[in-house]
Amino acid sequence: MNKIVQSVDAAVADIASGSTIMLGGFGLCGIPENLIAALVRRRITGLHTISNNMGVDGFGMGLMLEAGMIASHIGSYVGENRKLESLVLRNELDLTLIPQGTLAERIRAGGAGIPAFYVPTGLGTVVADGKETREIDGREYVMERALHADVALIKAWRGDRYGNLIYRKTARNFNPVMATAADLTIVEVEELVEPGMLDPDQIVTPGIYVKRIIVGEAYRKPIESKFIQSGGAA
Amino acid sequence: MIGKERIARRIARELKDGFYVNLGIGLPTMITSYVPEGIDVTFQSENGMLGVGPSPTDEQADPDLINAGKQPVTELPGCSFFGSEESFAMIRGGHMDMSVLGAMQVDEQGNLANWTIPGKMVKGMGGAMDLVAGARRVIVAMEHQTKDGASRILKACTLPLTGKRVVHDIVTELCWIRVVPEGLLLTEVAEGLDAADVIARTEAKLLIAPDLRVMSVAASGQ
Repeated sequence: MNKIVQSVDAAVADIASGSTIMLGGFGLCGIPENLIAALVRRRITGLHTISNNMGVDGFGMGLMLEAGMIASHIGSYVGENRKLESLVLRNELDLTLIPQGTLAERIRAGGAGIPAFYVPTGLGTVVADGKETREIDGREYVMERALHADVALIKAWRGDRYGNLIYRKTARNFNPVMATAADLTIVEVEELVEPGMLDPDQIVTPGIYVKRIIVGEAYRKPIESKFIQSGGAA
Repeated sequence: MIGKERIARRIARELKDGFYVNLGIGLPTMITSYVPEGIDVTFQSENGMLGVGPSPTDEQADPDLINAGKQPVTELPGCSFFGSEESFAMIRGGHMDMSVLGAMQVDEQGNLANWTIPGKMVKGMGGAMDLVAGARRVIVAMEHQTKDGASRILKACTLPLTGKRVVHDIVTELCWIRVVPEGLLLTEVAEGLDAADVIARTEAKLLIAPDLRVMSVAASGQ
């Protein structure tokens, strides 16, 4: 078995316009930047994206947005993308904002064969509008449904040709859970190693979820927020 | 001492040994600078880390190691990393002792609004709705009034809610307010102020605690 694809362009060559695509990452941390670049080169359109954020103007998913590839987006926070804000305020992009934990759990459910579940999050807010609510053991909950995608684009640190993956620090974020919740999971890693080199006890994503794996060529990994000394945020 | 620092110092006095705490972006993050001596508090960042350390120098900054504000951070001994689904399982599951977050509006019922201004601002709730639904104690840390001098503590929130009846305490540069079943109870006022000063700058009705105290911002345990 060999899931290695030789080029990043080949890895995304058959993704169709109109697909639903999950993209890992938190802000610009742990995003599949090489796979995004390859998608942008293909200029497919009408995509339905699911990702916690939307990159920034000029990088990450911001590039897909600027190329007019995205028709709708589900995420939890898009505050760093001014282009997105203006598109949404002009009703040119269908944006659904949902709580970050609910987003993560809906994806987890999608990968785990659980069609729906109940959470307390969002009760009494617009997030619960139109959703079934139910009292369980004296507390009110909102029913949330699983999310599934045609394609997941994932960034990991190291992987092998079976698709076993490990991640590095906070670049893990949504990547492992999204890897479980798509028909076609495509992974870019910084380093490809021989099977057996990854300690089986340390593997976060077992290869069963992964269909294709490529080595990312160049990583820019910009740091999004200005560095602020000694914990005092602005 | 500027208002934000006073708020951060006062809330830091609530921290106890062994606490697991999530701090929102901005003002709440300043609390890490005032953790009382001799106690061990573990800060969580909802992008997937427990044991968040202070900011690195520019040279040490690692793009794979950031907090939920997307700022570079460092690792403390004993820290751990996990995925977003696990991060919010620990938040939703009631394992977080305290969540401190900012607000645009809070009201007499403990409702909180901090994620959107319809027609004006598209940002999103991030993890705020999950945190207020799941943390054992929810503290709002904010400046008492808007830049235009309007009260942020209202009879009823006018912006879309982040959570309904979720706030336990409201801390501003002027006072400490506890949300109790009867409404908002003013328990502490900043040095040099009295209850009337706070009431004059607050739209919501405030109940005055019989043992109203001065808000202490001295490091606790000293």
